[in-house]
Amino acid sequence: MTTAPGRAAGVLLGFLPFAVALAALAVLQPLLPPTATIVLINVGVNVVLAVSLNVVNGFTGQFSLGHAGFMAVGAYTSAKITLAFADVQLAFLPEAVSDQLVFAVALAASMAVTGLAGFVVGMPSLRLRGDYLAIVTLGFGEIIRSIIENVAWLGGALGLSGLPRRTNVVWIGISAVATVIMARRLAGSTQGRALFAIREDEVAAEAMGVDTTGYKVRAFAISAAYAGLAGALSAHLIQLATPGSYGFIRSMEVVVMVVLGGLGSITGSVIAAALLTISLEGLRGFQEYRMVVYALLLVVLMLTRPQGILGSRELWDLWRRPRPPANPPLASTGEDGNGEGAA
Amino acid sequence: MTPALELRAVGMTFGGLKALSAFDLSLQAGELVGLIGPNGAGKTTAFNAVTGVYAPTEGEVLVGGERVNGLRPYQICVRGVARTFQNIRLFRELSALDNVRVACHAGAKSGFFDALFLTPHHRAEERRILGRADEYLAVMGLSHRRDELSRNLPYGEQRRLEIARALATGPRVLCLDEPAAGMNASEKVELMALIRSIRDRFGIAVLVIEHDMRLVMGVSERVVVLDHGVTIAHGTPEEVRRDPRVIEAYLGDAYLEERQIELPPGSSVSPTRGASFPATITAAAPSPNRAAATRLRFE
Repeated sequence: MTTAPGRAAGVLLGFLPFAVALAALAVLQPLLPPTATIVLINVGVNVVLAVSLNVVNGFTGQFSLGHAGFMAVGAYTSAKITLAFADVQLAFLPEAVSDQLVFAVALAASMAVTGLAGFVVGMPSLRLRGDYLAIVTLGFGEIIRSIIENVAWLGGALGLSGLPRRTNVVWIGISAVATVIMARRLAGSTQGRALFAIREDEVAAEAMGVDTTGYKVRAFAISAAYAGLAGALSAHLIQLATPGSYGFIRSMEVVVMVVLGGLGSITGSVIAAALLTISLEGLRGFQEYRMVVYALLLVVLMLTRPQGILGSRELWDLWRRPRPPANPPLASTGEDGNGEGAA
Repeated sequence: MTPALELRAVGMTFGGLKALSAFDLSLQAGELVGLIGPNGAGKTTAFNAVTGVYAPTEGEVLVGGERVNGLRPYQICVRGVARTFQNIRLFRELSALDNVRVACHAGAKSGFFDALFLTPHHRAEERRILGRADEYLAVMGLSHRRDELSRNLPYGEQRRLEIARALATGPRVLCLDEPAAGMNASEKVELMALIRSIRDRFGIAVLVIEHDMRLVMGVSERVVVLDHGVTIAHGTPEEVRRDPRVIEAYLGDAYLEERQIELPPGSSVSPTRGASFPATITAAAPSPNRAAATRLRFE
């Protein structure tokens, strides 16, 4: 696509979206009212969750129901780190910078730990497919939750409280952008195409040299790592990590967002995550009927648009014209003259 | 010279059923070999044993001299065996280009993190893959379909796309599983020419499974005939065509009797058949109503 970019230009391009997002968000943050900030952060958390789950459920076609379990791993990992460093201040830095630095380390650590957890869970469960995989991932999600509930070091059923409030619009914005960029770059790469091939036809993918098990596990681990990031971010918003908030219902919510947006569509997941979070927030007025309205919304959407809001397309496809067929360097063998030249 | 593909006494047993026994085959680079036989003869089983869908229960499969028994299909693909499928198995929701690009993946060195950070290495590789994929599409005359979803392609082009995809893995041996299935006569003639040109152009060994005798006789230099898992004939198309055992396998012994063709002495065909068939049919075989028994077998 790009015409021979230099090494530096390539690196720059790789980090450009983050730089832009960082600047925009830093300006935006002080201007937002507090309620809008909280809604925006919740939207961001759900965007990270939905887009990352889409890598497994949409790109790879493997149905995972254990996303909340990975959120829990991320939340607890980061909570342990920020709590341990709550009173530590790096001497040579101002307090605010030092805190943010600790939080950044906590986020990175939670991604690493959750990615590892995803790898461990994925290895045995990804031998299964379809309904069986869904049940196994659901089981693993619950196992993670019950382990946390029964370990005193992790606060048991009460969880860990008193976390510092670190999540802000900048962090959430960067994370959401990072997740979308990850998904988009993956989709445009040979690794992503291998995942699509697994979704389309596993037997054929394997016959074309795709290590199907290996790629499934890797997709699962990447997806889990971003779920861990979302968990860490949400825990440092509500300043609390309890096992109760990472149950089956939470996993289901994310699955709903992915399906609603359209399996395999990154922008679809973003739109659905924003739509559902904001509408749930708007329904806060009549708390009891919230879930009823939510469920109705789903029923109506699935009846009218079963492929999801965007289907498998992307927003950016809408204004990109199809490329004219390139003239490849090798001429055709000429057995059938019907093919070429239709420029 | 090491054969591109070699099978030594390969056997495949499913429970009590011997689907393939003592199957020997050797393909040199640039050779075009046909594998034929009636329904249930073990052709596809032989194919699956080569491509790693099954691990052969006996014998050895060697690709370029390297033993590949029990390797996973993707590992065998990386070692140089590519295949197409009897019932087309394209990645239906991907474009023709992406179908081929998936197959170019086999040699890719860059990993997930290269993709996430768009490293120069990754970009270079993507460019290389794109170029290769375009090349293979052009070879198969599919450049005009580049960006179309593969499920929207007409049947003949889907077959060609499958071949393009298989070629893109960079194989030593290309295995075509009934490439002419569902094609009309003129498409078959076109296909024959195409298979030849692929062989000449890439210098790879081609193994074709086919039902259609005319196609396989017209295109292959050597033909192996299987019946009930046993190799009953092996030779040039001319030799095989005249072999009474082949005629018997395809047309039944009633035909042989009618034409007064003698089976060669020591032929192991009939006993094998008797052994692998239910008692009722064996009992029916010597009865005067042989045509009925034959018809049964052809179903």
